[in-house]
Amino acid sequence: MKKVNYRNLSSCFSFLLLALLLTFSATTFAQGDPAAGEKLFKSNCAACHKLDKKAVGPALRGVSEKYDTEWLHDWIRDSQALIKSGDAKAKQIFEDYNKSVMTSFPQLSNEDIDNILAYTDQPKPEPKQTEASSTTVTANNDAGVTNTIILVALTMVFLLLVVLLYLVNKTLRNIAVANGVDYEGKEEGVSLCKAFVKNQFLLLVSAIVLLLVSAYLMFAYFMQVGVDQGYQPVQPIHYSHKIHAGDNKIDCNYCHSSARRSKTSGVPSLNVCMNCHKNISEVAEDTGNEEYSKEFYDAEIAKLYDAVGWDAENMQYTGETKPVKWIRIHNLPDFVYFNHSQHVTVAGIECQKCHGQVEEMEIMEQFAPLTMGWCINCHKETNIKLKDNKYYEKIHKELSKKYGIEKLTAAEMGGLECGKCHY
Amino acid sequence: MKKIIHITVLLVASLTLVSCFQKDKPNYQYFPQMYISPSYETYGEYELFPNQMEAMTPPENTIPRGWKPFDYKNTFEDRARAKDELKNPLSISSKNLDNGKKMYDLYCAVCHGAKGDGQGILVKREKFLGVPSYADRDITEGSTYYTIMYGLNTMGSHASQTNEKERWQITMYVQKLRANLKGEEFPPKTTSEEEVTNAENNPVVEANNQH
Repeated sequence: MKKVNYRNLSSCFSFLLLALLLTFSATTFAQGDPAAGEKLFKSNCAACHKLDKKAVGPALRGVSEKYDTEWLHDWIRDSQALIKSGDAKAKQIFEDYNKSVMTSFPQLSNEDIDNILAYTDQPKPEPKQTEASSTTVTANNDAGVTNTIILVALTMVFLLLVVLLYLVNKTLRNIAVANGVDYEGKEEGVSLCKAFVKNQFLLLVSAIVLLLVSAYLMFAYFMQVGVDQGYQPVQPIHYSHKIHAGDNKIDCNYCHSSARRSKTSGVPSLNVCMNCHKNISEVAEDTGNEEYSKEFYDAEIAKLYDAVGWDAENMQYTGETKPVKWIRIHNLPDFVYFNHSQHVTVAGIECQKCHGQVEEMEIMEQFAPLTMGWCINCHKETNIKLKDNKYYEKIHKELSKKYGIEKLTAAEMGGLECGKCHY
Repeated sequence: MKKIIHITVLLVASLTLVSCFQKDKPNYQYFPQMYISPSYETYGEYELFPNQMEAMTPPENTIPRGWKPFDYKNTFEDRARAKDELKNPLSISSKNLDNGKKMYDLYCAVCHGAKGDGQGILVKREKFLGVPSYADRDITEGSTYYTIMYGLNTMGSHASQTNEKERWQITMYVQKLRANLKGEEFPPKTTSEEEVTNAENNPVVEANNQH
């Protein structure tokens, strides 16, 4: 058997169990190398089979207990031939799984298949996450406890200081009274206020300063009315752009496919989600983080299944769909025309230019102010992209001759004309 | 005493002002009726529609403008029929292949890998497993197009994300990737029929070694 380094007891234990199983049940279990089997399983079978969960095909853990090895060899190499030969078991499976045809694997040798079976016969590893999560919880608690201890200690010190100050003040006053010193101290404040009112120059200057400051504040306040920069609503399903576009590097256009060819960059319909999430019903162990746990993400996927009407147990649609009420973040007023395809396909502008580093956003927010000034600025600064883009070739040639410049900006191509966006 | 009142008034006023900038609520608008016109907007929510959804799927037995009816159903028999019959209407050109590559990289490469060897990033990160190399599978342009239309096993349909031309361009590019993986020439020199049958007879292992 291969030697592997074990980091914790549970996997060691499970391996012992496996070794026991393999030695005592050599007749029923196929003998093979589970490590080699794992590799083969992942490259050939895992597209449709999972170990403990029904996918396109049945769950495969312990499959060699249900069927004998010879039969499995035949089935894996050519299931259709086996069905046609009239094998009852083969027919039954074919019917049970919606008559979906299993890919034939004539290239797998008996040894390969035995290796795969050895892998699928491995007992389910005991969940490590209970240990892990409990340790993280305690760790979190530790951090919390130390924080509160520090806070409590600080408040105690603060209170102590206040009490001390009060006591010192009191004793000093007592001493002063005992020594017959005349004790009074209120006049100063009132006289300062009166002095300020009497000084007309100071009054004038402060009035001007006050007016300027308030005018500036008013201006700033009115300028941001209708600007939703930083708008970050809570969506009905917590969709993490960071996981999808950042960690897994799925292109923006995969889901927002209409940005290439339409005015609107589409909110993907749920069938696009299901392209992947048919297969991914729960996130990997390491996807969960301190802020959002794996359980949280799994619950969000369950919300998707609920909305799209997907029965994850039986791997089929129920037909009961519900709308997902996504909250629109980027919303231009209706009196302005903006076309995504013109910017994405024709101009070749990256999505990030207007939407920010979406691939780093756990919760989507509006990056740009989306004001007219912001549009105009970009049109003034951006040169027309001519490389691999024949769209503007002719007009660019003529206009650049007219203006006597080599490179035209979007503004010089007419990107500042009112009627381009407002009509 | 007056001072205290002034200070509290100021505090309350500034707090209310600050509280206006909530991240999860949209800001005030000057004239909302100018921002939101009475016409129906994309993805709007209106009483008129079923489920109040403006975004609806096309009615049954209709096709969007610019589409052609697809005469194959999602059945095992039609899959086999499409595999043999369906032929790419586009001629092989660098323009078609370029756009095919662009679309392939957008929609397919995450799983199938940029080279078509089944080693996309989702496979490397073990989100999807068992994605085969194109060289290991007996695929034709008909079966490739059909699979983009309807999906296969774990793969979903990509018909809603691409149009007919793009799908054929992707198909063409997949054929090219497959030929590259197998160390063959693309476009094939001889008639395509012969080339395909030759390709089928090649043992898979050999093709892998060649690459």
